[in-house]
Amino acid sequence: MTDTVIQNHEPNYLEYQGRYKGIFSWIFSTDHKRIGLLYLYSMLVLFSVAAILGLLMKIELIAPGKTIMDAQTYNSFFTLHGITMIFLIVVPGLPAVFGNFFLPLMIGAKDVAFPKLNLLSWWIYILGATIALSAQFFGDGPPDTGWTFYAPYSFRTGTNMLPAVTGAFILGFSSIATGLNFIVTIHRMRAPGMTWMKMPLFPWAIYGTSWIQVLATPIVGITLLMIVLERTLQIGFFDPALGGDPILYQHLFWIYSHPAVYIMILPAMGVISEIIPTFARKTIFGYKAIVVSTLAIAFVGYFVWGHHMFTSGMSGTALYTFSILTFLVAIPSAIKIFNWVATLHKASIDIQTPFLWALCFLFVFMIGGLSGMVLGALSANVHLHDTAFVVAHFHFIVFGGTGYAFFGALHYWYPKMFGRMYDKGWANIGLAVFFTGFNTLYLPMFYLGMIGMPRRYYDYVEEFHGPNIVSSFGAMLMISGLVIIITNLVRSARKGEIAEADPWKGKTLEWTIASPPPLENFAEIPVVTKQPYDYE
Amino acid sequence: MEKEQHTHIVKYKTYVFVLIALLLMTFTSVAITSLNLGPYTVSAALVLAGIKSLLVLLIFMHLKFDKKFYAIMVASVFLLLGCVIFITFLDYLYR
Repeated sequence: MTDTVIQNHEPNYLEYQGRYKGIFSWIFSTDHKRIGLLYLYSMLVLFSVAAILGLLMKIELIAPGKTIMDAQTYNSFFTLHGITMIFLIVVPGLPAVFGNFFLPLMIGAKDVAFPKLNLLSWWIYILGATIALSAQFFGDGPPDTGWTFYAPYSFRTGTNMLPAVTGAFILGFSSIATGLNFIVTIHRMRAPGMTWMKMPLFPWAIYGTSWIQVLATPIVGITLLMIVLERTLQIGFFDPALGGDPILYQHLFWIYSHPAVYIMILPAMGVISEIIPTFARKTIFGYKAIVVSTLAIAFVGYFVWGHHMFTSGMSGTALYTFSILTFLVAIPSAIKIFNWVATLHKASIDIQTPFLWALCFLFVFMIGGLSGMVLGALSANVHLHDTAFVVAHFHFIVFGGTGYAFFGALHYWYPKMFGRMYDKGWANIGLAVFFTGFNTLYLPMFYLGMIGMPRRYYDYVEEFHGPNIVSSFGAMLMISGLVIIITNLVRSARKGEIAEADPWKGKTLEWTIASPPPLENFAEIPVVTKQPYDYE
Repeated sequence: MEKEQHTHIVKYKTYVFVLIALLLMTFTSVAITSLNLGPYTVSAALVLAGIKSLLVLLIFMHLKFDKKFYAIMVASVFLLLGCVIFITFLDYLYR
């Protein structure tokens, strides 16, 4: 990608001691790499908690009737699981961790455009997370609305709603600040010679994502603020009893929350676009098509929110408009899939753990995407709405898409981040167990949804019992896989073999510098002369 | 490394005119709620709010005197917002 990288002999970012010592050298660091890791560690802790909640819910569902918790506890668990996973992990996940760490490295910059704002974003994230999670521990009991806070229930429930909503509102500022930082960084700080069409695909994905973060997040912020005003001042925005419209809430919520799905999935697609050419040892097929489809997904993704509301009582005109738009957004997603598969055609593939994660991503994301087409069809949606089918589809897209890409990215960039290599054998075993558990957990839920099992119920009739046993067993298997994966990664950060600067023979700029990277990345800003995936 | 700076100083008189225009439009948007415009009530409020935002962006935020690129970016955002509002009203107008 470049001919002129001069190695930087500064201490690496993990060893560097600045103004502060110990933990303060981390929580007050403005280095984009340390901030990326701060997000990573925060999210790993939160993810472990939310995953355990998910497991406990599946154990509850292993048999009809009360198994280990009552209905109200179950309602609180799925709410906390959803809020934590969506607002604290999946939405900020890839941009905050890998965007922060690798965006400057991949575009040849020394840091992001506004390092202090970047640190502030993490602090706001921690503040929002603390307030949102505090709702569980004091006041009138944990919220039970689900992560969507649907009106009018969200302001009638006696549970502790305000901290949860306020926390989500504050988290929005972190998201906007991060998005703004990345947009400016990409516009202003690309290395000389890195034209838009020479920029790697992960930064492109981060760019599309950042625009969604900046433009869509304020809408949910205002919406959540309206809930607070409605609960505290009795202003009738959404409550019919006060002259409000509950469907307006759904519109406003999904105007943000559907683009938020693309905040989750676009960076995931960017990660896959990095992993595949590296291990295929081949230039990516259709670079420009992937770039255009990234921007197309970001744009069209704004206009499909209504497919979450097909049974809410919207007008017929709105229903078929949203249905058509939903089918349209599948086109750029499919373009990406075809390009990735075409890249693998006649490639000299080096099968390594990150590549296996990318392959598993393609498999599960296809299932998630195609089941989305089923839900995008008006007639099928009426039957499947609010059933376990939706939960399966959602997890195949969000966990199967973003989750697999997150772990793929972690295994891909791990040697660069920590300067050490994980145990590849254990990493592959962990993936195999996780992948088997994942499919055993979620595939039966498609079937359960089709035969009519509603979601968000702690109890069910006897005919749903068999598939629920399989699904609950899958959850245990999946968590076992996660334990293997995370243990291997945590252990290897200190005890793994020393990694080379470019263990995967990657071509993008981050592989041209030492592992772990020096404090300011590049001794001299590199000059880019080639395409990002130049394997010719 | 000194870069050429393009500064544009707006006259105080212009700012005062814009302020008066903004205040007038604020009073109009309050007054207009007393008229029964049916489905156009929201449109009227949005048009007035749109003009007010445009004035702030162009004059107070100096978009008028800045590079055309920024104007294109802002126009794209307005277009996006317009599309979102239009699609939302496909529900409200035909319900």
